[in-house]
Amino acid sequence: MTTGVPTEDLWRELAPQVLGAVVRRYGDFGIAEDVVQEALLAAATQWPTQGMPDNPKSWLITVASRRFVDRRRSDQARERRESDAALRAPADEFVAPGADSAGGDRDDTLTLLLLCCHPALTPPSQIALTLRAVGGLSTAQIARAFLLPESTLAQRISRAKATIRRAGAHFELPPPSERPERMGAALHVLYLIFNEGYTATEGPDLHRVELTREAIRLTRQARDLLPRDGEVAGLLALMLLTEARRPARTRPDGALLPLAEQDRSRWDQRLVAEGVDLITDTLSWAPLGPYQLQAAIAAVHDEADSAGETDWPQILGLYQLLERFAPGPMVVLGHAVAAAMVNGPGDGLAMLRPLDDDPRFRRHHRLHAVRGHLLEMAGDRRSAHDEYELAARLATSIPEQNYLRGKADDCARERD
Amino acid sequence: MKYLILIYSNPETWGHPIFLRTKEGRALSDGERAELTGQLEELIAELHSTGELVDAAALADPINSRTVRMRDAAVVVTDGPYVEIKEQLAGLFIVDCATAERAEEIAGRFPEARFSAVEVRPIMAVSGEEM
Repeated sequence: MTTGVPTEDLWRELAPQVLGAVVRRYGDFGIAEDVVQEALLAAATQWPTQGMPDNPKSWLITVASRRFVDRRRSDQARERRESDAALRAPADEFVAPGADSAGGDRDDTLTLLLLCCHPALTPPSQIALTLRAVGGLSTAQIARAFLLPESTLAQRISRAKATIRRAGAHFELPPPSERPERMGAALHVLYLIFNEGYTATEGPDLHRVELTREAIRLTRQARDLLPRDGEVAGLLALMLLTEARRPARTRPDGALLPLAEQDRSRWDQRLVAEGVDLITDTLSWAPLGPYQLQAAIAAVHDEADSAGETDWPQILGLYQLLERFAPGPMVVLGHAVAAAMVNGPGDGLAMLRPLDDDPRFRRHHRLHAVRGHLLEMAGDRRSAHDEYELAARLATSIPEQNYLRGKADDCARERD
Repeated sequence: MKYLILIYSNPETWGHPIFLRTKEGRALSDGERAELTGQLEELIAELHSTGELVDAAALADPINSRTVRMRDAAVVVTDGPYVEIKEQLAGLFIVDCATAERAEEIAGRFPEARFSAVEVRPIMAVSGEEM
């Protein structure tokens, strides 16, 4: 045993590797995931007091394997079945050096990520399963992060595992023909985890896991596994460049500050530099993709010393490309703002008009928030007020509603 | 996103499941009653197993309601509900689901949806994105 308190990150890094080793040996992903979770919990209670074992990974695999065997043995006793040959293998047999070579680990982590983001699952289930199986977080930690009861999260995870089983998915990499689509789904899940964390206000609960940190950690892991995938790098850069602004995005009272009003001296320049380097390098060799373009837009914002110095023509060009790669109403909103900044608000307002008929915006506040902003730019404060007011009423987040109502009030005041 | 699902009903006598206590519910055949009850149980089991159910509560007869007001620095408690309406709030569910459409689909599967009405209201998030 080595002394010293191991960091939680260290053993959570091992979670997907340990799970990979156990599931390859025993085959049942559902039970394997449970017992690895139990092993991680055992480590969390024992290691800080007793010291970390010399080979933490072997320790975790051994504990998880014993529990797997116990579990299956009791199941089988209940079912009055003969124990199968695998159970007789001593747990140490497959943790010998060599059995967990680096190549296997790498594939296991990727296989796990893609399995957890299986298309048969809903996004909330993909997120929960990914954080537990790949991220090594406990059900309680995930539940706290999403402000949900632990029982709800536990149910979500066990249902997700049952769905994967029913879909006939196995612990193996999908065939190359399916891989780009599956990878796309996995990146989307990582993006959702990041976004959930980014919007979270600093709560009083100190034990709440920082989801942005977790998403960045998992995306870094994905990038290590797929260094030649431009979109993985693009997503990581986007996260770094967005996370860099987090210290400045709210006032001390929790009110939201838009990009233009943020104190840029509070941006994390280390993250900005890493994100800018990463996206600049990636754009030089990778085929273009939506995450890279969003990262490039974030980089242009982050590189401006003041809001007035923002290179809007470059942002407009990037949005034009983004709309070609990933057309969608949310992209149109950003595109319209960029067009307004370069060519005047009339251009942006014209771009918003077709969205009025889009059913995806029927009850969404963002279209009205952007239109209010552009009308305000155009000097039409009466209409801007009405749009901000409608946006405020449609908003389902308290800080966003407060922000929009403040804008509506400003427009009403300046009009008088 | 979390939604509050409000079950409204106008029962002749109070009790749960409440749709069986309404005029329409009492007029159902045994087979229809069993089918609707089964449908409700199935829905609750489904919400539990999908990990969408956050909380649920069946409410007591409004005869037990007390309305509390602070007037002239004194607390005044009166018997009965705050809002006098024919349809009473009978129960509530909090669900956490992927889309608004899914929340509406869930609401439509409560038996009360066919006799009275079920209301879906988004629950405000405490965090938000910058504009």
